[in-house]
Order: sequence, then C-alpha cells, then structure tokens
Amino acid sequence: MSRHAHDAYDTHESHEGVGGGARRSLAVIGAGPAGLAAALAAAVRGSRVTLIDAGAQAGGQFYRQPAEELGARRPQALHHQWRTWERLRDGLATQIATGRVTHLTDHHVWCVERLDLDEATGFLVHALHGPAQEEPSVVRADAVVLATGAYEKVLPFPGWTLPGVITAGGAQAMLKGGLVLQGRTAVVAGTGPLLLPVAAGLASAGAEVAALVESAGVHHVARHARALSAHPDKLVEGAGYVAELMRRRVPLKARHAIVEAQGDGALEAVTVAALDRDGRVTPGSEQVIRCDTLAVGHGLLPHTDLAETLGCRLEGPAVAVDDEQRTDVHGVWAAGEATGVGGAALSLAEGHIAGCSATARLAGREPDPRAWNAAAKSRARGRDFIASLDAVFAPRAHWAEQVTDATVVCRCEEVPASAIREAVGELGATDARTVKLLTRAGMGWCQGRMCGPAVAGLTGCEPRPSRRPFARPVPLGVLARAGEDLPDE
Amino acid sequence: MNGKRTPLDLVRAEPGPAYTATFDGAQIAVLPGQTVAAALWSAGVTAWRTTRGTGEPRGVFCGIGVCFDCLVTVNGRPNQRACLIRAEPGDDIRTQHGTGHDETGEGEGR
Ligand SMILES: Cc1cc2nc3c(=O)[nH]c(=O)nc-3n(C[C@H](O)[C@H](O)[C@H](O)COP(=O)(O)OP(=O)(O)OC[C@H]3O[C@@H](n4cnc5c(N)ncnc54)[C@H](O)[C@@H]3O)c2cc1C
Ligand code: FES
Repeated sequence: MSRHAHDAYDTHESHEGVGGGARRSLAVIGAGPAGLAAALAAAVRGSRVTLIDAGAQAGGQFYRQPAEELGARRPQALHHQWRTWERLRDGLATQIATGRVTHLTDHHVWCVERLDLDEATGFLVHALHGPAQEEPSVVRADAVVLATGAYEKVLPFPGWTLPGVITAGGAQAMLKGGLVLQGRTAVVAGTGPLLLPVAAGLASAGAEVAALVESAGVHHVARHARALSAHPDKLVEGAGYVAELMRRRVPLKARHAIVEAQGDGALEAVTVAALDRDGRVTPGSEQVIRCDTLAVGHGLLPHTDLAETLGCRLEGPAVAVDDEQRTDVHGVWAAGEATGVGGAALSLAEGHIAGCSATARLAGREPDPRAWNAAAKSRARGRDFIASLDAVFAPRAHWAEQVTDATVVCRCEEVPASAIREAVGELGATDARTVKLLTRAGMGWCQGRMCGPAVAGLTGCEPRPSRRPFARPVPLGVLARAGEDLPDE
Repeated sequence: MNGKRTPLDLVRAEPGPAYTATFDGAQIAVLPGQTVAAALWSAGVTAWRTTRGTGEPRGVFCGIGVCFDCLVTVNGRPNQRACLIRAEPGDDIRTQHGTGHDETGEGEGR
C-alpha cells in the first residue's frame, strides 16, 4: 500500500548522536516533502537546522496549504497522503518547540555563498523577505541541503499567452493555496502524471472539466504495463484519480493534443486534435472545446539555480547526487525534485537520506547507509517507477509543427517563433545561447525558465539549464549592500 | 452560483470577514489570507497586465512565482508578482501597463 511509500520514516526522537559536542548547523532550503524530511531527519539526529522557504507555510507544492486565515476545516479534501503530511507537520512543530529547527517563512533565497577563507568555512544563505521581498537576510550554516523542487514546463502553441491559459501545477497551487478557481469550465491538457490530480482537484472544487487531453497513448501505457505493475501503490493512486474523473464524467482524450487556444483578449475555446502513432496531428480530427481555463503542462523541470551558482555538477536538467544525496560540492546536499522529477514519495525518501547523511558528516562521522535502509529502498523503487513513467509520458514529438511563426515563444520578451526560426535558418545559430543573443529569447524577467525548452526544441539542440547569476530578482540596493559578501564571479 | 460547489465549500472554509481593496478604482472583496492573484480571480478578473511590446493582456501563468506574467501595480509599486503577495485591506491594485513606471512617474524600469 502507498502508506509505506509515503512514510516519513521518522519524525520522532532518535538515539544517534544527540548531544555529542557542539552542534553543527544545517540550512535546508525548501520546505516541501524533500526539505521537510531532510530537516526532521537531521534535527532528530542532533543537527541545528534552519529551514528556509519562500512560502508562508511549510508544505511545498504537494502539501501546499491554504492560508490559515481562510479557516479551512477540511483542507485534506484537496490532498492525498494526508497522514504523511500530519506526521511531517507535527514533527516540524515538535522540532521548532525544542529549538532544534528554526523555520524562516517568506524567505526567498537568491544566492548561497560558499565561504572558504582560511578562518571561516561554511555557507551564507542570502534571502529576501517581507511583503515586497526587499529586506535582506543572511543565514550562516556549516552545510546546506538544496530541496528547491521543480517548476512546470509548457511547450508553446498558438494562443498560449491568452489570459485563462495557466500551467496545470499553477491551477493546482492557486486552488490548494488560495481556494480559488479561474472561470468555470476548464480543459486540462499536455502530458504527464500531474494532469490527473489537477483535473480531479479542479472537478472536485466545482469546475466543470470539459476534457482531460493527454498526448500519450493508452497503447503506450499498456506497453509499459509490466514495469508499471511493479508499483501497485502508484497504480492505485492513479486509478483513484481516474475513478474520480469518471464519476464526474470528465472525458479522457488520450493521444490528443491542444493545437490552438482561441479568444479575444481572454481564453474562449481550445482546438484539440488526435495524434497519430508518430505524434503528428491527424488532419481533419480537430475539434473545438469551449472553456475559459486551460490548465496545461508538459512535465516538470528541476530548480537548479542555487546549485549552479554553488558550482554543483548537473546531470541533464537535474542536480547530480551520489547515494548519500551529496552533490560534488563539499558540504552541499540536494534532495527531491531538484535532483530529478519523481513525485512526493521519492522526494521524502531522498530528503530523509540527505538529512541523515548531512548530520553524520557534520559530526565528523562516516554515515552507515544501513541507517536509512527503508528510505533507500523507497528511493530505488521511486526512481524505477519514474523511469517507466518517463517512457510513457514523453512530450509528443512534432509539437513544433503546430507552432506558427506568429506564436510568441518567449513570453517575457515577446519573441515570436519566426524570430527564432530566422536566427537558426538564416543567421546560422545552432544553440540556444546564440539564439538568445540574436533574439532576446530568454533574457527577460523569468530568465528563460518558461521558454528554455521551446527555444531549444525550435533550435534543434538539447535543452540545457542556462546559468543564471541569481535564483531570484534582487533589488540593486540589496546587491550593493551584499557586495562584500559576494563571490567574485 | 447555481448551487455549484466552490473550493471554499469543499474544504469547509470559514474565513474571517472579507475586506475591501480596489482594482483599477472599483471595489473588490478580499478574503483574508488570499494573494492579490487569488483575490482578483475571486472577483472574476483574469488579466491585470499588458505587455511592453504589443500591449497584450496577461495574468497568472505559473502560479508559483517563476514566470513573472502576473506582474501588477500595488499601492503605486509596479512589478509585484500577484501570485506571491498577500492582498491587504485597502490595497490599491492597478493594471500594470508595460514596465509600470510610466504611470507612477518613477522613471525607467530596473
Ligand atoms: C506548481 C506545482 C504544483 C504541483 N502540484 C502537485 C500536486 O498537486 N500533486 C502532485 O502529486 N504533485 C504536484 N507537483 C509535483 C511536486 O513538484 C512534487 O511531487 C513534490 O512536491 C516535490 O517535492 P520537493 O520537496 O522536491 O519540492 P516542492 O514541493 O516543490 O518544494 C520546494 C520548496 O522550495 C521552495 N523554494 C524553491 N526555491 C526557493 C528559493 N530560491 N528560496 C526559497 N524557497 C525556495 C518552494 O517555495 C517550495 O516550497 C506540483 C509541482 C508544481 C511545480
Ligand atoms: S504567475 Fe508566474 S510569477 Fe506569478
């Protein structure tokens, strides 16, 4: 049963190492499943932990909570694995009460700086807090766990900039956190396992979900059924969402895709088309569905900025880690979706291992991996499962064929596909960096987080995380004042 | 709402009394704890910014502070991410045009 996979391992007192010598401090960045598991595992083993998160409450994306003032008496109605959340929440409260964990909410970390001057080692975590995120705050720590999660990838299509088109995770975040829906009739589309809970969540909260449009084919799922069936708990979870969608009569359109969003100033309808076996639109299969909300997503991308500024090695889009969840930078661990997208259970397991390992190493001990056997098993199962899911839910091939020249690709700088095609076709650009310099795609506010995969796809190169100097925008005043602390780069 | 369930019903929410803010001068009701974006959605508003280049409307896209599509001017301060900031009683929320600095006379963007 899934209870096992989602178990938080321990949120209670442990015997290992408490009280031995001066406590070393650990900064955990991100209070989602991974960060919470890491903070708790470290705290019960004797580390002094500062848990830092941009949110007003712990929980991250999976356990995002409504604002307390909204007075939700049954928040679990929007959640899964609620018992695990209760354990995490109560464990955090206990550790805060005993003074082993300090939880800094509303803190946006924009840079983690490594101190390796002779007399000082460790890290400075630079954050901004306050409603306008302009008050600087610095946390000093001997080691760091990066548990910054992921954000959603959306590949462009005509009309995707219309108000009313939102990311699937964004719809979920607004629902779980603000208890709001946009409009009344929604279409949920794209590819990946996140679409199921999003469609189920929207439907249960009162939206009419006119269709769930998944570009993967059912035959694909069947082909991978054997690998998937090794994970009955996950299948049960997925089947639960499907049952809920069927109960609410949400039409499921497999091997279909959105080819266009229409509307005059706001979304009014989407055009959906069937895909052939190669992932190409079947001519004549187009169908218009009226809706005022399109929740769309093509998978998730790890948040790696902080790791990159620290100089951690990446593997593909994710932070590379060893069996102990250590990055290749001494004193820096990473856990959860920052190290590869794989869901809440995997994030919990990785966080737990990172917290155990960090505490042992901070105390100068070689950790014994047998101490986290259960989590390691859960991690192995989780990674295995994700590999089979990735084979099922790949963003469809040939998506670029539907991207018209006029389609805006970079939302911030309003760069149309034609400009990117010109940079590639006429100006000879062969990589996303050159395209960026020629077109400004990726130079705006979001620093290419939204358009990166699309620009790479249209350029015909591999998407690569682009190095960003800071994880968050920083007011110049703060930067000037922090100047002395900044690394040379 | 023709007897339809709302997210508030689903979680049996008992929010504190609503307060007022304004959006482009018109009063809107805000539930305590909601972000500016959530308050605007509740008021039926889905777009509150126009782009610098072509003046196209935008609102929430990512919902978690990553995309910057939801920029809005609050109490004269442009470029606030509506999906992150809490709405406070009496907030003067305004559609942001372009960089948002023309209206406020603060000069060019940063
Ligand atoms: C918008 C969105 C909604 C999702 N909703 C669901 C869902 O409903 N169901 C589901 O199964 N999966 C959902 N997912 C997938 C989800 O990412 C994972 O399953 C799970 O939450 C990952 O756990 P994590 O601890 O690795 O990261 P997260 O849960 O993403 O936690 C990361 C935390 O780090 C914080 N953070 C990141 N960068 C910084 C920084 N620079 N400074 C300070 N804090 C920072 C964030 O505020 C966040 O709280 C969603 C993903 C996204 C992007
Ligand atoms: S909606 Fe993306 S930053 Fe607010």
